[in-house]
Amino acid sequence: MAQTSDSHQVIIGEHEQYTINMGPQHPSTHGVLRFELSLEGETVVGVRSHCGYIHRGIEKMCEVSTYQQIIHLTDRMDYLSAHINNEAVSLCVEKALGIEVPERVKVIRTILSELTRVGSHLLWWSAFGMDMGALTTFFYGMRDREKILDIFEESCGGRLLQSFICPGGLMHDVHPNFVARIRELIPYLRKKLPEYDRLLTGNIILQERTRNIGVLSRQQAIAWGVTGPSGRGSAFSCDVRVHEPYSAYDRVKVNEVLYHQGDTFARYRVRLDEIHESLSILEQLIDQIPEGNDYAVKMKPIIKLPAGDYYQRVETARGELGVYMVSDGEKYPVRVKFRSPNFSNLFVIEQLAVGHKIADLVAISGSLDLVIPDIDR
Amino acid sequence: MINHPNKELGGWQLFRKYFSELWFGIRTLLKGLRITSGYFFSPKEIITEQYPENRATLKMFDRFKGEVIMSHTAENRHRCTGCGICEMNCPNGSIQVITRKETTPEGKSVRGLDKHIYHLGMCTFCGLCVKSCPSDALAFGQKFEHAVFNRHHLTKVLNQPGSLLQKEIKAS
Ligand code: SF4
Ligand code: SF4
Repeated sequence: MAQTSDSHQVIIGEHEQYTINMGPQHPSTHGVLRFELSLEGETVVGVRSHCGYIHRGIEKMCEVSTYQQIIHLTDRMDYLSAHINNEAVSLCVEKALGIEVPERVKVIRTILSELTRVGSHLLWWSAFGMDMGALTTFFYGMRDREKILDIFEESCGGRLLQSFICPGGLMHDVHPNFVARIRELIPYLRKKLPEYDRLLTGNIILQERTRNIGVLSRQQAIAWGVTGPSGRGSAFSCDVRVHEPYSAYDRVKVNEVLYHQGDTFARYRVRLDEIHESLSILEQLIDQIPEGNDYAVKMKPIIKLPAGDYYQRVETARGELGVYMVSDGEKYPVRVKFRSPNFSNLFVIEQLAVGHKIADLVAISGSLDLVIPDIDR
Repeated sequence: MINHPNKELGGWQLFRKYFSELWFGIRTLLKGLRITSGYFFSPKEIITEQYPENRATLKMFDRFKGEVIMSHTAENRHRCTGCGICEMNCPNGSIQVITRKETTPEGKSVRGLDKHIYHLGMCTFCGLCVKSCPSDALAFGQKFEHAVFNRHHLTKVLNQPGSLLQKEIKAS
């Protein structure tokens, strides 16, 4: 009860709602995203998400970019899945031109994608721990992710935004150390991952704060188009790698990680299990890189797609990324549309958070693993 | 899971439940503490790099994309013919190629490079210029300490003053 003056009494009663903004600058939204919360005390009764603070018009910029130039823009959507985004555009262009890339390129692309996924999940784990108040996880996750970034830096020249996979293959060949470094990485991570479980997964605070919090049913996941680990935590089988294999996924065994609970803890477990799964895919592929050094097929300096529309989907670390391109036969596309996973994953939070506390909203949004630039593009 | 209030439990059971949960919680916390203290007492696990103190020994990977450079030989020769392909390929206009008329010893007038202007502040390190250059004139440098006080310092002329085209490369 707050009193301003005798005649003017403001009473915050039990059932009175008030609105508060979380963001756009808020440490737990991992970017510029605003949640407009309706609260009753500390309980969330409504969430409206406002996005667009980091809209750069990437789709529009694509309309005045050649197909090679589009690649470096896609890096900047979901920056934690840069390789996979590049691959999506490259696959779409190759599909339109009817080009078959060499086997070696396919395998290397898949390896890079899986490394990206591991790196992204490690970063997510670090940040999720921090959202929950466990600062240590951030150091451990970053420490292990650094090994992956080193591989990228040595081969591609960039740590986060590599622009390495391009229409026709790769920008240049991978570094001679590439295979050796991955061979080192797999046992290293296998050794460290149980540590993660002991440090955070079994932790009482994390369990209490994530179990039965933000339960997403399978129907809801499908209705809202929640894909990726967030959807798979609700038993929604949506892994593009399994259902529509691209690149070298058709020759490896990919086990789709599915959990049925649909709560925050299930989404947490899916991601950690996917790291193990990605490591086993890497293990299967690392000996399969064909000899030689063909890293690309010769492309024309200016690519012109035949008139028509093309669609390609891939599985990024956060879900299904679709690339839709319309071409009229010129060197620029007429329209490029990205079906970004985070955009669909974001809005389900309006359903999940209702009835929980504000602190749980942080846990839920953390478990959806949102990358804001991918929402706004 | 624990901590779901169970109405049917009697006093003694509640008491036991309370303490078993407490013990469970403490055990999980200790488990985590064992890991962190393990790292705390093992100095060989320290991976922190002492930047900037380690500047002398810090070496970036050869392919690291720090900036676009134009390599010059010892005789101050570069390989750029001024064809402008890199400028065309750059997605954000970070490169401006300015050419001038030159007269060869045989008396022919050809187009040669005057200034290869590179705006580091706009560059997104996509690598298209380096990849598309037909005479391999550009490369990525490993320098990464680019902070300056005034942004016009980020605009650079890549060809060194007085540099000439390498002999074996044909000017257009
Ligand atoms: S750097 Fe290469 S592409 Fe650019 S103008 Fe010179 S020769 Fe042409
Ligand atoms: S790396 Fe890309 S953005 Fe930078 S100058 Fe070269 S083409 Fe332009």
